[in-house]
Amino acid sequence: MPLHPDYPGDYKYKWHNYPSLRLSGLEPLIVTPETNFVNIGERTNVTGSKAFLRLIKEEKYDEALVVARDQVEGGAQVIDINMDEGMIDGVESMKRFLNLIAAEPDIAKVPIMIDSSKWEIIEEGLKCVQGKCIVNSISLKVGEERFIWEAKQVKKYGAAVIVMAFDEVGQADNYQRRIEIVKRSYDLLVGPKVNFAPQDIIFDLNIFPVATGMEEHRKNAIDFFQATRWVRENLPAAHVSGGVSNVSFSFRGNNPMREAIHSAFLFHAIKEGMDMGIVNPAMLEVYDDINKDLLERVEDVLLDRRDDATERLLEFAESVKGGVKEKKADDAWRSETVEKRLEHALVKGIADFVEIDVEEARHKYARPLHIIEGPLMDGMNVVGDLFGSGKMFLPQVVKSARVMKKAVAYLLPFLEADKAEGTNTSAGKVLLATVKGDVHDIGKNIVGVVLACNNYEIIDLGVMIPCDKILAEAKKHNVDIIGLSGLITPSLDEMVYVAKEMEREGFKIPLLIGGATTSKVHTAVKIDQHYTGNQAVHVLDASRAVTVANSLLGDNKAKYIEDVQAEYDRMRINHAKKKAQKDTITIEEAQANHFPIEWKASDIVKPKFLGVKTITDVKLEEIVPYIDWTPFFQTWELHGKFPKILEDKVVGAEATTVYNDAQKMLKQIVAENWLTNKAVIGLWPANAVGDDIELYTDDTRKNVLDKFHMVRQQSKKTDDAYNMSLADFVAPKTTGLADYMGAFAVTTGLGIEPHLERFEKDHDDYSSILLKALADRLAEAFTEFMHEKVRKEIWGYDAQEKLSNEDLIKEEYKGIRPAPGYPACPDHTEKWTIFKLLDAEKNAGIQLTDSLAMYPASSVSGWYFGHPQSKYFGIGKIEKDQVEQYAQRKGESVEFIEKWLSPNLNY
Amino acid sequence: MNKPDVREVLKDRILVLDGAMGSLIQTYNLTEEDFRGEKFKDHPHSLKGNNDLVGISRPDVLKEIHCLYLEAGADILETNTFSGTTIAQADYHLEHAVYDINYCSAKIAKEAADEYTAKNPDKPRYVAGSIGPTNRTASMSPDVNDPGYRAVTFDQLVVAYSEQVKALIEGGVDILLVETIFDTLNAKSAMVAISNVQEELGTNLPVMISGTITDASGRTLSGQTAEAFLTSVSHMDLLSVGFNCALGADLMRPYLEVLSNNTSFGVSAHPNAGLPNEMGEYDESPSDMQKQIVGFLDRGLVNIIGGCCGTTPAHIKAIADAAAKYKPRKVLSLELTVHS
Repeated sequence: MPLHPDYPGDYKYKWHNYPSLRLSGLEPLIVTPETNFVNIGERTNVTGSKAFLRLIKEEKYDEALVVARDQVEGGAQVIDINMDEGMIDGVESMKRFLNLIAAEPDIAKVPIMIDSSKWEIIEEGLKCVQGKCIVNSISLKVGEERFIWEAKQVKKYGAAVIVMAFDEVGQADNYQRRIEIVKRSYDLLVGPKVNFAPQDIIFDLNIFPVATGMEEHRKNAIDFFQATRWVRENLPAAHVSGGVSNVSFSFRGNNPMREAIHSAFLFHAIKEGMDMGIVNPAMLEVYDDINKDLLERVEDVLLDRRDDATERLLEFAESVKGGVKEKKADDAWRSETVEKRLEHALVKGIADFVEIDVEEARHKYARPLHIIEGPLMDGMNVVGDLFGSGKMFLPQVVKSARVMKKAVAYLLPFLEADKAEGTNTSAGKVLLATVKGDVHDIGKNIVGVVLACNNYEIIDLGVMIPCDKILAEAKKHNVDIIGLSGLITPSLDEMVYVAKEMEREGFKIPLLIGGATTSKVHTAVKIDQHYTGNQAVHVLDASRAVTVANSLLGDNKAKYIEDVQAEYDRMRINHAKKKAQKDTITIEEAQANHFPIEWKASDIVKPKFLGVKTITDVKLEEIVPYIDWTPFFQTWELHGKFPKILEDKVVGAEATTVYNDAQKMLKQIVAENWLTNKAVIGLWPANAVGDDIELYTDDTRKNVLDKFHMVRQQSKKTDDAYNMSLADFVAPKTTGLADYMGAFAVTTGLGIEPHLERFEKDHDDYSSILLKALADRLAEAFTEFMHEKVRKEIWGYDAQEKLSNEDLIKEEYKGIRPAPGYPACPDHTEKWTIFKLLDAEKNAGIQLTDSLAMYPASSVSGWYFGHPQSKYFGIGKIEKDQVEQYAQRKGESVEFIEKWLSPNLNY
Repeated sequence: MNKPDVREVLKDRILVLDGAMGSLIQTYNLTEEDFRGEKFKDHPHSLKGNNDLVGISRPDVLKEIHCLYLEAGADILETNTFSGTTIAQADYHLEHAVYDINYCSAKIAKEAADEYTAKNPDKPRYVAGSIGPTNRTASMSPDVNDPGYRAVTFDQLVVAYSEQVKALIEGGVDILLVETIFDTLNAKSAMVAISNVQEELGTNLPVMISGTITDASGRTLSGQTAEAFLTSVSHMDLLSVGFNCALGADLMRPYLEVLSNNTSFGVSAHPNAGLPNEMGEYDESPSDMQKQIVGFLDRGLVNIIGGCCGTTPAHIKAIADAAAKYKPRKVLSLELTVHS
């Protein structure tokens, strides 16, 4: 039932032609229609918090800063600061507190709300804050002239403003008065006298207490809801805010009641369009968790649904007095010994108290190092054991690592001071690097975290690290193990090169190989043989990294290496055998056995658009529904299909946690525009000539624009199977048919760096990995989104297509979008042609590395084939005759092609 | 001199700002006597190195330098007034000279610009009054033990900037340029001063705002990200918002992208000639810098482009040659001005 007689349904934002409200602290806060609700911290307010007032009165500003910091850490997106108290000097306190906040980046990152009923305090506040603040508040209380003057001042200082629904007569206390006053205020502000930006106006529509027992207060909430709706429907771009705790004023001392009333009130207010509010997050119950009977009674009051609503609510309130639930129960662990508390914090990944606990431990232990070696390592060992036995999952371990890092960071200055007799007690030093030309590092970072949890000292060089740097750093730090990571196939060669260089320089330490395209076979056949200084070991996933490292450095290392050698020898022999056995045919035979399409003009649709098109206006929220979540869980080594995985007996609980965290971050990514997405696509007239595809400058097909070169399957096929090549899906020139194909490059990773840096600065690997994994998912989703747009609109060969997201994931659409470097065409160097044709660096902001990885890493590029019979396949092994022919077609040397296609060579 | 409003010209082409001033002044090997001139010959403190005085004591030198940049193709000259506030001149005990510094420097730049405009009216030249950051910060404490302390207040900055702005306008500048902003609160005080003075004088000169991203952290010295900085200065109608100093062109690019993607104002950039080498000298060649600037131009990032530390007329010529081949950045209609 809509709460407002004139406006049906929930409020939907309708002022899309107006700019968004933009605020800033050290970082920006953009309030978009999708933001839903901006949560303003209320505890740094002397009128609302006795505790804060006491701190200010006693000039305990350090503790006052803690209050501010807690709010920001607790999720406040803006903090309200109020110093209106007769006993303190408001101007001086405001100045002092804001100046102190400016020196605290953790607090100053969010915008400030300068809250006072006295103009001189507001103005002093405006003179202390570099970011764009909100002034709270101005009103028509003393007339238009003063209102206009104050509004102009606010504008000059560059702040947004809260306008109270208050005029010369008094505070608006019903629906009609509210809309009269806000309409008048709005018109004056946006009118020629002030020219205030409408999106910078926020109305405080006065939240009054409900269930007071007074007849005239019965409509207090519903009037607010309706006035909120009116503002959002009628005053372009203006916002609505309010101080929420006031609504439950009658139930002071009865927190369970207040929490229920606050969340029910917010639930309805937000639906009517309230998009900011001063709220204490600790005083909110989850709407769905409110006792149903209580909820009904609360809503009866809020919505004025029955005459005895207040009595019924009071009745209920009596019964819950004294607290229905004791939230403190969860805090029992806080009363344990400091060692137990640290263990609990590490196992549960709770970072809140770790600094206090470490500080306490510092007084108990003789040297800071003993805390690390003692309780902290004990805790991490518990984590390690639980992880090893499958009782904890990777996302939890990463959170534990965060707690550990925080603890160590806290101890660092004390460790430095205590260095005198410092001894190295780490399990070993491991250098990690993603090799030159490759930018992918999610897996490497996870390995780093897991090893660090097990007492290894990690030297992480990052991504795109050239061989000489890896070796130089390894020597400099005297590391015990080198770990190389890479995702794209050319990285395999780079790893081989590093192994050879290690050999040349006489290294004697183990080499770990990991990453999506690496394999035990490749490590055995191509890497290990070149490095005799110690053992090269392939590490399948992060959970094995510890076992492998321990084995390589432990007492029984000789035995372990012997075992690995034996296994690798077997693999090398098998590989050689398999190679000999693998039946192939000549390239000419393969070409003759191509995929036979019966070419008909009716199967070919001419694209509605030919040429190159850049698309930058797709909003992230449009992409989100296209996400395929299953690979997301694979990143975390949680295996299973989404959404079933959420209910999986073994990993379900952890999958749900990481999924919820992902959803939360995804919302933030979207709302706060963390990532910028761009796409460029091209569609051209095209015909196949042998295994090449010619593109033409226009439909006269006289001038060849460029060529794509395709590889063909060469294994011996059974009778009804064919030797496939992507070239088979474009009409041969000899058919005389006018066919077409396309190419694309999309990214969702632009702008990711500052957020990663922020997380890394905070030792928050979990969030950093989460963000990268989400960006990767978004890139794939955006690719899916663009492919659909191409099929339905831009090319338009399947305008009627109607598929669910599930069908999209199953690839049940017509046509394919294979990517160079993947099974259907393993040659990465085709990306050069794609990038040149699309000018993808300029149009989509994607760069190609030497190894043809794309940067930002969350990018996808490939081709579009529209023929209904086109499908995905893998090339498999190819012979030298094809390589020679292919090299000639591409105008490159045979060695060059052999280098790029090395994983596919059958010789 | 009659010439089109710079706001109009900016729609049609990329405007080129001049390059470094200090290093060119150094090449004249001016002596203590040169800096003092007739006017300050009895000043009790040393004045050598107070570059802002050159407009008063050696106007010939200042004009010559301006002409070198005009010859190189600069569309906009910056006045030699980077330190022309009572706060910055306090170091030389020359608070009383501030009006003259700004007025004379503006006049000389205007004279040079007008000569070149007269020579070729199709390429009108403009003068931007340079308003530096001063040597004090309003939102940071110089005392690590007392983070709440401030060496200068917002009000003191407004007073100092108002004097400078008034003299620049009366000296005949076409544009006001608040630059090398390392503390956004200082810039905001300059913006308040500008609106107060313009209201008082009844003028409506366009305003350029140019911040400084200190290093690869991507933040200003006072800790703001590029986007937060942009948000904090967007309440005034600006000719352009941009970045200058501290970084060379290549390192500045990502931050210009942020501005370009998020503002409806013009975007300006005047990077350094690379980063200083171990001798503290800028050694990036004009052609190297040109290559990097072409990167901006290719991406359509800027409307105004010039040079900061280490750049010379040769750099500006290289930049101007490149800029002439490109269309200016298309200004976003993101911030629809509905209330006009």
